[in-house]
Amino acid sequence: MTATQELHTAHKERMSQETASERLCRVSAAAYRIRHHALNMGEVQGQGYVGQALGAADMLATVYGDQLRFRAEDPHWEARDRFLLSTGHYAIGHYAALAEAGIVPVEELETYGSDDSRLPMSGMSTYTPGMEISGGSLGHGLTIAVGMALGLRYQGSSARIYNFLSDGELDEGSTWEAAMGAHHHQLGNLTAMVDINALQADGKTDTVLRTEPVTEKWESFGWYTQRVDGNDVGALLAAFDNAAAQAAAVGRPSVILCDTKVGRGVPLLEEREKAHFMRIEEHEWQTCSEQLTAGYEGKASA
Amino acid sequence: MSTTAVTKPKLKTSAMIASFADPGQKTAPAPFGHALVKAAQENDRIVGLTADLGKYTDMHIFAKAFPERFFQMGMAEQLLFGAAAGLAETGLVPFASTYSVFAARRAYDFLCLDAAEPNLNVNIVGGLPGLTTGYGPSHQATEDMAIFRGMPNLTIVDPCDSVDIEQAVPQLAAADGPTYLRLLRGNVPTVLDEYGYTFELGKAKVLRGGNDVVFISSGLMTMRALQAAKALAAHNVDVAVVHTPTIKPFDAETVLAEINTDRLAVTLENHSVIGGLFETVASAVVTAGLGKRVVPVALPDEFLDAGALPTLHDRYGLTVQKIVAKVLAELE
Repeated sequence: MTATQELHTAHKERMSQETASERLCRVSAAAYRIRHHALNMGEVQGQGYVGQALGAADMLATVYGDQLRFRAEDPHWEARDRFLLSTGHYAIGHYAALAEAGIVPVEELETYGSDDSRLPMSGMSTYTPGMEISGGSLGHGLTIAVGMALGLRYQGSSARIYNFLSDGELDEGSTWEAAMGAHHHQLGNLTAMVDINALQADGKTDTVLRTEPVTEKWESFGWYTQRVDGNDVGALLAAFDNAAAQAAAVGRPSVILCDTKVGRGVPLLEEREKAHFMRIEEHEWQTCSEQLTAGYEGKASA
Repeated sequence: MSTTAVTKPKLKTSAMIASFADPGQKTAPAPFGHALVKAAQENDRIVGLTADLGKYTDMHIFAKAFPERFFQMGMAEQLLFGAAAGLAETGLVPFASTYSVFAARRAYDFLCLDAAEPNLNVNIVGGLPGLTTGYGPSHQATEDMAIFRGMPNLTIVDPCDSVDIEQAVPQLAAADGPTYLRLLRGNVPTVLDEYGYTFELGKAKVLRGGNDVVFISSGLMTMRALQAAKALAAHNVDVAVVHTPTIKPFDAETVLAEINTDRLAVTLENHSVIGGLFETVASAVVTAGLGKRVVPVALPDEFLDAGALPTLHDRYGLTVQKIVAKVLAELE
């Protein structure tokens, strides 16, 4: 381990090649495709965590489309940045992002949740290329991320570690064990991204177990804390740039708290009564897809 | 009753880690810590972690030798084992120590899903296995093997002495998947050096032959089994001792060959009668279709008392004297 060890930041490599608005358009387009992939997977399956995937699509697009260093043809490339999906049930969104990134073929997405598929309902490292951990038992991801950050730093790697977790996982004590551990060990190569969709299995987060004030909690644990609109690609890019700018082998870990909307991009689902496991009728999928396209094209031409 | 009889003073619960070495017995200091240092000198991927119990699990020896390769995780066992899995994901070989109760009871989910499901080389080092402290159920891991045996991919090792531990550590590091070592720490008896024995992961070893009784034992109960075998010789009972330090995967072949005789078969373990060595042997016997009775020497299916370790070992039948009495009663 060396304090001066230079960490990788992907966006710097791209900055010279495109303007800010080109960058915004590129990542927004990736988010749009991720949403379409998720809807298509949901339609084949007939149900699923489509609402979460739509809500988190901008976060996933920002990471996979702009921040993460990886080689699509070599998911185990040693120098890659690690993206850990702690929320295993968000796999539908993650598979969409992996397809967008070229790690999983787009054609394979239709096997989501089918017998013998590499894309099970809950994400597992043992099934899917590019899936670093087996999430799903919530509150695990950040503890594993701490070990990866320690291990990569010890081995002199310039890779960074991103752990995706949900606000529901803030209920788990292990998340806070890891938050303390990351700060104690000064894991400046670690970034946590929290999807705050304010929804858990049994209902709204503030009725299940109040997690607020979330920002103050992370700050008090010693993390470099930012809170942004997690469905605003521009705000996400700025926050990830800030995190990258202060990332270091030895330094403060960074958390980006992302307020998102379940079903984002599809008004039919945005307005529907929120449910952890969203039921979508057979005839509604076409409407969802059309609304998504109309919204994206409307914004793009505005 | 005589009025001059003197009441013996009651024994007192000793420090957390009570020694189970007999007075004057040959011992080795911190065999795990020294073995880990030695293994780490040869394998630069070995790292150590603990959850605020470095000094109590002999991990402090490693921490002192390799401060850059040691990670203190604080009193946070879920983090300890999640992070150990993360370290293993990066290609390192972590040994993570805490007490067995905390590893098995508190952190099971993390070990199961983060280390065992991806079959990572995470080595769990659990102090105070079975009845090796008088602190009561909070610290007595009487059911740790019962908890862990159901975890796929996990190798479970219950060493007898310093020889077992010294030889097991490099083999655990070399084994691909996750392992659980029932740690004996501090001044650990040295017993098996007298039996031309070597530890081989996954193998049971016949330490001595005998015509009347066969003991199948693991952990510190192999030491007691050997002592009981000597004591039973004075009663003209000839006892064989088979040591099975690897509980999972279990060397059924060696054990069944020894059990499938006319001798009285006895299992001896420092663990609950539920889910440990006895049931491992019993299931192997039934699966093989042997109509053979097996007598367990094991802890009862109870929360055990607090107290002095010698008192408790006597109360729950783990002493040489109690073993001898049980065998003689069986042979009557």
